[in-house]
Amino acid sequence: MLRRRIIPCLDVSGGRVVKGVEFVNLRDCGEPVDAALRYAEQGADEICWLNITAGDESWQGLLAQVEGAGTRIDVPLTVGGGVSDEPHVRDLLGAGADKVSINSAALDRPGLVAECAERHGSQCIVVAIDARRGPDGAWEAVAAGGRRPTGRDAVAWAVEAVERGAGELLVTAMDQDGTQAGYALDLYARLLDAVDVPIIASGGASGPADIADVLEAGVSAALAASIFHDAISTVEEVKDACRARSLPMR
Amino acid sequence: MASVLIVDYGGGNVRSLTAALERCGARVAVSADPDAVAGAERLMVAGQGAAGAAMAALESRGLADALRDAARRHVPLLGVCVGLQVLFDRSEEDDCAGLGLLHGSVHRIRGAARLPHLGWNDVEPLQDHPLTRDLPAVAYFAHSYAVTANIPSALAITSIDDATIASMVVRGSVAGAQFHPERSAEAGRQLLSRFLAWEPA
Repeated sequence: MLRRRIIPCLDVSGGRVVKGVEFVNLRDCGEPVDAALRYAEQGADEICWLNITAGDESWQGLLAQVEGAGTRIDVPLTVGGGVSDEPHVRDLLGAGADKVSINSAALDRPGLVAECAERHGSQCIVVAIDARRGPDGAWEAVAAGGRRPTGRDAVAWAVEAVERGAGELLVTAMDQDGTQAGYALDLYARLLDAVDVPIIASGGASGPADIADVLEAGVSAALAASIFHDAISTVEEVKDACRARSLPMR
Repeated sequence: MASVLIVDYGGGNVRSLTAALERCGARVAVSADPDAVAGAERLMVAGQGAAGAAMAALESRGLADALRDAARRHVPLLGVCVGLQVLFDRSEEDDCAGLGLLHGSVHRIRGAARLPHLGWNDVEPLQDHPLTRDLPAVAYFAHSYAVTANIPSALAITSIDDATIASMVVRGSVAGAQFHPERSAEAGRQLLSRFLAWEPA
């Protein structure tokens, strides 16, 4: 049986793991390759590496770091942040990423998703969607790390991204991100009805119970950062909580 | 020390596979040269991406014929993911011909609630074989196409909702794993170690 995945996320800025609340007030949380190895040893099913100050650092430096992580860990590595064209995807896959996530560039130029999926296969193209809840309860896709509203409905954008070749969606509920208020279960319920690719839920985990809740709602994987960086829970503790609810875990 | 040549056709997780083989104690070379393939003791075909592009690259570089020759000489060969899929006669993906080293066709998976099949799943042995001694195990998959479990070369199977696929295949010295051993932690190390020690009859 296909297992649900627990994915620690490394938000990387200036070559260091950082964590903020709703993408601001960043704190230093250590060296990314060491963190990737530590989480892989704890039983992480995948590592997500998000370069959150894309453009401010050298691309070659990032590739070298990704290569360092990719050759040392033995679980899958998803890399994203600042991926703006197909050569970026090719570079990251060549450096050892198993999947590459595309966010704002896909919103700006949806054809990029198809271009990358045709060249590299849908299984390695993740479209990351940052969503913010509007006053009417609908979710809006936002770009540029939450700084730029797009006016697009997040669920409609998810459907289009899948039609264009996204093999997986990594969906962050911005209002929840870093707040440890639990995952936005209503958003994931809508997405699960709307698309037939795996969905990774992100944003809001305060502990193992929140992760078990969102996996029970039907997403394929849960991504979390703060609870692991702050040592609130280990990956294995999260998995135990999920197993206690009869969720299939590795 | 076992030595392995990874056939580099321009796709695939060559770096992570190299690192994983080195962790198992292998001496690893990576080459796109058909003469290097002809001299290799042990061969791997990695894979990521589409079958059509992989086959076109293998054919255009003379690597397809070099691999067919190696199979005739019973050189141990392990294909991973798309590297497994190109071993077969045909793939429905891109409607392309494969290397024809194993009989059957690769199809889009039918019966799975969500595709791609992304994540960790059970690999269950169908027969006793040097490559299946550590099974059952849980390994990492990332694909939407596969061979069905009822083909003659099926060595291990994996279920995804209502679909059952062949997750390992073998005939003579030619073997394949649909999962990614380089990303399958202990299960991957075990398969790679078994492959490095494998002496096909």
